[in-house]
Amino acid sequence: MSSLRQIAFYGKGGIGKSTTSQNTLAALVEMGQRILIVGCDPKADSTRLILNTKMQDTVLSLAAEAGSVEDLELEEVLKIGYKGIKCTESGGPEPGVGCAGRGVITAINFLEENGAYDDVDYVSYDVLGDVVCGGFAMPIRENKAQEIYIVMSGEMMALYAANNIAKGILKYAHSGGVRLGGLICNERQTDREVELSEALAEKLNTKLIHFVPRNNIVQHAELRRQTVIQYAPDSQQAQEYRTLAEKIHANSGQGTIPTPVSMDELEQMLLDFGIMKTEEQALAELQAKEAAA
Amino acid sequence: MSLDYENTGEFNANLIEEVLKAYPDKAAKKRRRHLSAAGGASEEDKGEGALSECGVKSNIKSIPGVMTIRGCAYAGSKGVVWGPVKDMVHISHGPVGCGQYSWSQRRNYYTGTTGVDSFVTMQFTSDFQEKDIVFGGDKKLEKIIDEINDLFPLAKGISIQSECPIGLIGDDIEAVARKKKNESGKTIVPVRCEGFRGVSQSLGHHIANDTIRDWVLDKGEAEAVESDPYSVNIIGDYNIGGDAWASRILLEEMGLNVIASWSGDATLKELESAPKAKLNLIHCYRSMNYICRHMEEKHGIPWTEYNFFGPSQIAASLRHIASYFDETIKEKAEAVIAKYQPLVDAVIARYKPRLEGKTVMLYVGGLRPRHVVNAYEDLGMEIVGTGYEFAHNDDYQRTGHYVKEGTLIYDDVTSYELEKFIEGVRPDLVGSGIKEKYPVQKMGIPFRQMHSWDYSGPYHGYDGFAIFARDMDLAINNPVWNLFDAPWAPKEQPLAEAAE
Repeated sequence: MSSLRQIAFYGKGGIGKSTTSQNTLAALVEMGQRILIVGCDPKADSTRLILNTKMQDTVLSLAAEAGSVEDLELEEVLKIGYKGIKCTESGGPEPGVGCAGRGVITAINFLEENGAYDDVDYVSYDVLGDVVCGGFAMPIRENKAQEIYIVMSGEMMALYAANNIAKGILKYAHSGGVRLGGLICNERQTDREVELSEALAEKLNTKLIHFVPRNNIVQHAELRRQTVIQYAPDSQQAQEYRTLAEKIHANSGQGTIPTPVSMDELEQMLLDFGIMKTEEQALAELQAKEAAA
Repeated sequence: MSLDYENTGEFNANLIEEVLKAYPDKAAKKRRRHLSAAGGASEEDKGEGALSECGVKSNIKSIPGVMTIRGCAYAGSKGVVWGPVKDMVHISHGPVGCGQYSWSQRRNYYTGTTGVDSFVTMQFTSDFQEKDIVFGGDKKLEKIIDEINDLFPLAKGISIQSECPIGLIGDDIEAVARKKKNESGKTIVPVRCEGFRGVSQSLGHHIANDTIRDWVLDKGEAEAVESDPYSVNIIGDYNIGGDAWASRILLEEMGLNVIASWSGDATLKELESAPKAKLNLIHCYRSMNYICRHMEEKHGIPWTEYNFFGPSQIAASLRHIASYFDETIKEKAEAVIAKYQPLVDAVIARYKPRLEGKTVMLYVGGLRPRHVVNAYEDLGMEIVGTGYEFAHNDDYQRTGHYVKEGTLIYDDVTSYELEKFIEGVRPDLVGSGIKEKYPVQKMGIPFRQMHSWDYSGPYHGYDGFAIFARDMDLAINNPVWNLFDAPWAPKEQPLAEAAE
């Protein structure tokens, strides 16, 4: 099983991690890869498009019913989705109670110990938006995901989040061998989005794996609980995801140790791209406006 | 009342420097502030009865890498303040270990029928499992409270003693307590005493005091109790081996009416009725001064400290307590002192010749390192070193009224330091806890546990003094100390030769 590739998708909440990852994995399965998806989000929506339904039997909900994870069988929590993709969700508590982070740790340990990772080529972790505690960093720690793909866009907060995730990867890069696979830009149609993404990738010592253009067909597919690959296999957008999948497949072993930047550097980059304005610029513009009026 | 002897401050100061040499510079710098040979008292303090100045840093977090002897906030609340309240069930809320290992750790004696109307020696835990951590434990807590109310209908209330995970996962135990109180009509007290809070058990005492204030006293549900001008409360006596009982009889003999004993042998009703008293008598200042200050502010009850260890302190305390009351009480106090004088004389006549001049080092919690000093001196013994696990600055100020200049003072002492200090001083007796007992005895030095009274007691009051004196004699003059040689000392008759 030396060829097993463990990848994870991280990124700011709402950026499209689950959509991007499921479409990419659907394209990978078309390429003949055997895949296991591990959803690490209490909302349990990381496998919805692959299963064409929301996963009901999460590891933690079943464990709570049965007593503990020791009482579970792997078959009870593994569901087979689109073209044989194996799906499992950690699940977790409703918002505001308990410890979802601990839940992720428990679920991943259970899957590993019970052989969920046997006979697959890819294990993909889909982790909730913000790495709020140690539990959600579990997939980037030792012997878990080796390549992290950060889903981002040209929006400022997405760039901040990408930089923060790079910091988390750096923290475990030397102890556990985790690497940054690259950035995936999910187009938001902000100013100079591709250039900005490439510039950030360069600063983080990585590359922009792919720029996924915005297309409403993604929304149409999602409403039908399907990936674009399944919903409109011949569409341009499906082709984009196939390209992304090929690039990720070819990216094996190409991961790097990221070089996250300071807040100041990040802001300077935004200034250079004219996205953020210095106080002087803002003041000058304001004066120009007033003068015009 | 103080015995005439001197401690050599210079020797102790050198010893401290010697012991600190084992540490890295930064650690030595930090630990040095917690160690000293007691200095001379200022003229002003002398005027107020101080014998020395014990100015060490205290109530600061222990440094990493050392073996501290301290406990945690949960220990302070569940083990010390709440645990002895006998007609309530105290739930160790969280994984099973904290509850299991704190089960019956303190010898809080009580009357009552265990399992029917009293629960001190029983242990209740919510036994958290992984799913309780992940999904939160509030539902389980509700269920446990229901079960306790079904199984033990005579339990007057329940306290929820939080272990660390409760604070980490953010369970809303206050909401559960309110809900269950409304349903059952019983007092339910949520205590946020997670062990990671604070630097020692001391914060647990404070948190527990605050919950008595907020969830018992301020609820104002006490039925009218018989209260008269002579009503007092015993505060901060945990009835170790019967201490509170030995204290109570003296107060009652001098005409006072003890309406509440906190929290040794206490009932919930006693907690509720305490604000009816005329005076709060506080023994363990460190663990219960907070609630006394509250009762002073809110209910206008004055409080005073007293010390029932050893005849000289007992007599002084009885007179001091009597000074708050009328002539009848004052006369009765004198009568009590006179009544027990023959007992005191007999104890001293019997044990002082066997103990005179023996030196003692102490390391206990937050009160006894100073409170027992005169009990030893009444027997002719000398205190050469003392220290606290979790005292604050005001405790060290009070210590200056008990120990002599030059006495070795050690705050939050580490196992290493204590061992080296004992090795350097070689006292005739060490009084500390179970963790310290066996290393000290292996050093060939007699030892008494001064948290649990070594399964003996009581040590409070006149009755307690007789037992205290006997126990110290048993430890120090035990013939076992003459029955062994150091392994490196030459043997007189090698066994091999004798066999030939």
